Amino acid sequence: MSDTNDNSHLAVNLVAFRTIVVREVMRFVRIWVQTITPPAINALLYMLIFGGLIGSRIEEMGGHPYMDFIVPGLIMMAVIINSYSNVSSSFFSNKFQRNIEELLIAPISNFTILAGFVVGGVCRGLCVGVVVAVVSLFFTKLVPEHYFITIAVTILTAIMFSLGGLINGIFARSFDDISIVPNFVLTPLTYLGGIFYSIEFLSPFWQTVSLANPVMYMINGFRFGILGSSDIDIRVAFGVIIAFIIVLGFIALRLLNRGVGIKH
Amino acid sequence: MNALVINDLVKRYDNGFEALKGCNLTVEAGDFFALLGPNGAGKSTAIGIISSLVRPTSGRVSVFGHDVVQEPEAAKRMLGLVPQEINFNQFEPILEILINVGGYNGIARNEARDRAEHYLNQLSLWDKRRASARELSGGMKRRLMIARALIHHPGLLILDEPTAGVDIEIRRSMWDFLQKMNADNGTTIILTTHYLEEAEALCRNVAIIDQGSIVEQGQVASLLSRSMVETFVLDLDAAPESPPLLDNITINSLSDNRLEVEVPRGTNLNQLFAALERQSIQVMSMRNKTNRLEEFFLRLVKSQ
Repeated sequence: MSDTNDNSHLAVNLVAFRTIVVREVMRFVRIWVQTITPPAINALLYMLIFGGLIGSRIEEMGGHPYMDFIVPGLIMMAVIINSYSNVSSSFFSNKFQRNIEELLIAPISNFTILAGFVVGGVCRGLCVGVVVAVVSLFFTKLVPEHYFITIAVTILTAIMFSLGGLINGIFARSFDDISIVPNFVLTPLTYLGGIFYSIEFLSPFWQTVSLANPVMYMINGFRFGILGSSDIDIRVAFGVIIAFIIVLGFIALRLLNRGVGIKH
Repeated sequence: MNALVINDLVKRYDNGFEALKGCNLTVEAGDFFALLGPNGAGKSTAIGIISSLVRPTSGRVSVFGHDVVQEPEAAKRMLGLVPQEINFNQFEPILEILINVGGYNGIARNEARDRAEHYLNQLSLWDKRRASARELSGGMKRRLMIARALIHHPGLLILDEPTAGVDIEIRRSMWDFLQKMNADNGTTIILTTHYLEEAEALCRNVAIIDQGSIVEQGQVASLLSRSMVETFVLDLDAAPESPPLLDNITINSLSDNRLEVEVPRGTNLNQLFAALERQSIQVMSMRNKTNRLEEFFLRLVKSQ
């Protein structure tokens, strides 16, 4: 007879949550050459080429030295792409090898599964973000103006894109499906989200179009935390990020409850 | 107490295929039960619904009184599943796989490690604990799936063709292990298999499913007693010139030194030997062509 009967529902879910998180973290740490090093090298190249070579010919952007201006965007780009791809690839890999069934037949709620994968993605996003921030210290001496805002925007952004990655993983039927969104949606949105430029430089029409890009709110929110100024009101940035988290979280949980992509 | 009750279970897939058509089944706690059926009969679909991997179209399934749709978490606590296909992370060390599955079931890491050590030792896998799953042989993978299904000490263990592709020695050791689990721990075991001698050797009760419905259910011994004929293969010292004349016994085939006969249940085999003796036919050895449950199963499925 099962001996977990006496364990409270909450206790079982907490142990399961911790197990999923530890497993997810160990997964990306074990393959750190594939997960941590490439974004650090990418950021290093961006800082060398755009910040160092080209940036030295640009006096200021948004009232700050160009290198200082692009570093928050580069950190945020690493957080976005890594939190997203960690969850999408891990969840799809679990589906592909069918070990997702270990979770589906366990006595835990779908919210626990969702939270475990999302926190795993957040950990990867934060880990890579810290590494990129450390690399940036070779080029500039950035000290956050608002620590709470910097940390809050980073965590909320990682949660949002982890949820996006989970939805991608749920729908994916092949490895191609988990690379389409990062390559054709996420990367363009990130580049057009104001990493390298201030939207003040755009025409009014393109400024309005840029406001429809959710990534811009995150990059500018983070930039506000680091530099103390940005193109977007920080309250609006928080509002947009939280709204996206609620909507994506609701969708992801509903998909898991309905068994889309994982149950017949 | 019933370990499993299935009432009027229907499963219709999106493409319209009806895999289960009002299936009814009861398995008592502590039983060693065989669920048999030809390929595509609905066995795996039924197991999928019991374990919450497949959604039922209608009907009810309860595990130790817990409805798998209304109280999925309570039902899942009581259930261990060994699926037909390998479904673990091929790159993870096998000890980690077991500890993680323990964690998914609410078992703290230290406790899960102790249990993993126990089952890996019992199933002769402890030496491989640091190997990744992809390094294991087919038989080892099957045993790992059994250890994984038991890590949370379920009351009901479902094994979907656990010995498929496993050599006879390992198969026998798995039989011993499962019999011990059933006898010592009272674990209810439901087994699907295509090796009918396995079901006959291990199980007390059996259900036969065909085309989505249970067509027969009862004690193995009682079903076998209903088998009307047995088929024997006799090896002769020399090929007879013509087929022997045998009362009440049907000759299925005669080729070279081999005679295959169908004998009605209850026939005294001494009559068969005496008749052959009279016709100067010497029997060197004799064996059942198929095991008795297989005979019964084939006749039943053919008649459907």
